[in-house]
Amino acid sequence: MKTEFLLGNIACAEGALAAGCGFFGGYPITPSTEVAEHMARALPKRGGTFIQMEDEIASMASVIGASWAGARAMTATSGPGFSLMMENIGYAVMTETPCVIVNIQRGGPSTGQPTLAAQGDMLQCRFGSHGDYSIVAISPSSVQEMFDLTVRAFNISDMLRIPVFLMADESIGHMRESITIPEDVERTERKGLKEGYRPFEPEDDMVPGFSVFGSGDAVPVTGLTHNDNGYPDATNYSTHDRLVRRLYNKVESRRHELADYDVRNPEAETVFISYGAPSRTVMQVLHDHPGGDIGHLNIRTVWPFSEKMLEEFPDAKTFLVPEMNLGQISREIQRHTDIDVVPVSKLGGELHTPGELVKAMGAVI
Amino acid sequence: MTYRDWWREDRLPHIFCPGCGNGTIINCTLEAVDSMGWEKDDTVFISGIGCSSRASGYISTDSLHTTHGRAIPFATGVKLTNRDLNVVVFTGDGDMAAIGGNHLIHGCRRNIDITVICMNNYIYGMTGGQGSPTTPAGALTTTTPYGASEPVFNICDLAVAAGANYVARWTSYHVKELREAIKTGLETPGFSLIETLVQCPTNFGRRNKLRNVQDMIDYLRKNAMLVRKYRELTENHRPIPEGTFAVGEFVRRSKPAMGVKE
Repeated sequence: MKTEFLLGNIACAEGALAAGCGFFGGYPITPSTEVAEHMARALPKRGGTFIQMEDEIASMASVIGASWAGARAMTATSGPGFSLMMENIGYAVMTETPCVIVNIQRGGPSTGQPTLAAQGDMLQCRFGSHGDYSIVAISPSSVQEMFDLTVRAFNISDMLRIPVFLMADESIGHMRESITIPEDVERTERKGLKEGYRPFEPEDDMVPGFSVFGSGDAVPVTGLTHNDNGYPDATNYSTHDRLVRRLYNKVESRRHELADYDVRNPEAETVFISYGAPSRTVMQVLHDHPGGDIGHLNIRTVWPFSEKMLEEFPDAKTFLVPEMNLGQISREIQRHTDIDVVPVSKLGGELHTPGELVKAMGAVI
Repeated sequence: MTYRDWWREDRLPHIFCPGCGNGTIINCTLEAVDSMGWEKDDTVFISGIGCSSRASGYISTDSLHTTHGRAIPFATGVKLTNRDLNVVVFTGDGDMAAIGGNHLIHGCRRNIDITVICMNNYIYGMTGGQGSPTTPAGALTTTTPYGASEPVFNICDLAVAAGANYVARWTSYHVKELREAIKTGLETPGFSLIETLVQCPTNFGRRNKLRNVQDMIDYLRKNAMLVRKYRELTENHRPIPEGTFAVGEFVRRSKPAMGVKE
């Protein structure tokens, strides 16, 4: 165990290295670039591969290829690059390829605010590629969590054979804090292809075993609707229905077990719900107003959204949701509850101030 | 009968139209792969989207049938992670020269150790016959109903300029030469591109007075000129008959390559 004073983006890269990431394919983009730079320095020394691709489309493609060749593989980007990755993110979902995508969010749409923080891609990470599917997205609110949650992202990705998103933002990515780096991190391995199973035949947990290229299983991988052999079967109604429901349910049915959150002051009537950078401001408000009147639900696993988290506050009358967007997750919360959900939106790249949150609280009490 | 050893027989029947040249190219590729002594367990076929890209799924090895135009960056990720794997890419003119053009250029520049077989049928076959970056001037397609008017890409010249170690072009008529060229590509460390001109009687020939398969193969045979002769005529400013294209080896060199087996 050691203590280090690190930049958020570098803590993310260190977390990936601790998790055994062996491949990074990426493209420079502010404010995520330090993740790539750190991997470019560190990976070759450990026998891994760093490659700067020609764009984010190719980055995502190389990551998926590396994953099939057996590496724990990742990329890091921000808004415009994230948009380009959507095509192959859908391919990773359809082909059940484990991989980790880090998005250090900045202000959008388009080129927007390259150097400032935002949380505007929270719906894009969930719904951005075409078709029905589900993914896991986790949001860190400290440099320590940039490390810890990157490790967790790899483990969930290998367990469920899905792309997992680390949805950070510029303020956390560019923040320096002291963190504790453990000697070893917990690692969930991909399960192999069991004897007698076909390459895309799910086991009871809805996840098929994974056969790394070169294992002799002759796995045909395709983005077309396919049967359990991996063979295209794109005009068969029931094959498509069964496949897409399984891809969706293997994530959504685990939403409670994947839930990762903190509860403060569960008896409170006024409750803040936050993830990522705004959680820090909420913590300051609770610190400044001791007494237990203000509740806080700090969410780390944002997608899939576990509605049971809301039950932790049985007396709640109002949920206030500070986000650095126009209410992307507050809308998700609203659909699970009859309690008033009040978005506290802030755009422009500046974090919420404690005063702004107190004012928002005053407006609803 | 090499193909029988590599074909994924339970995928039959395949989707290629009667008279399509893609089967010829796949067969030549498999014969070349087999002659290398490569095993099914250490060989991976990767492809994009389109008629040509369906080839990977018909071969009984690990394979990636990827997204449109992106086969080369997928192959780059596979090869850099496990250099012991032999990586062959199947692609087409639309997949590689249009939507995947940038990936082709950078694959060549990196000189990544893969072999790319491009089946150029002058058209988007899978979507029903639209013009591509290699559709010849004047040719009729569903998106060039008054005749194609854009200049075409010369895929081989592009790959040479971008840095590939081996570049060749043949046609579905020249099966012996093609097989040898693919084998040379597989043997050459670094990026190898073998462009193969193939007949598409269904979507190209039908609209361009080449409906008969034999007519289209004759067209490929008659218009092919050895690259040495083609270059000689060009250098001496001598006339080259319209429709003529160069075939043969465009470049063979040993520049430093990426991802080569140690």
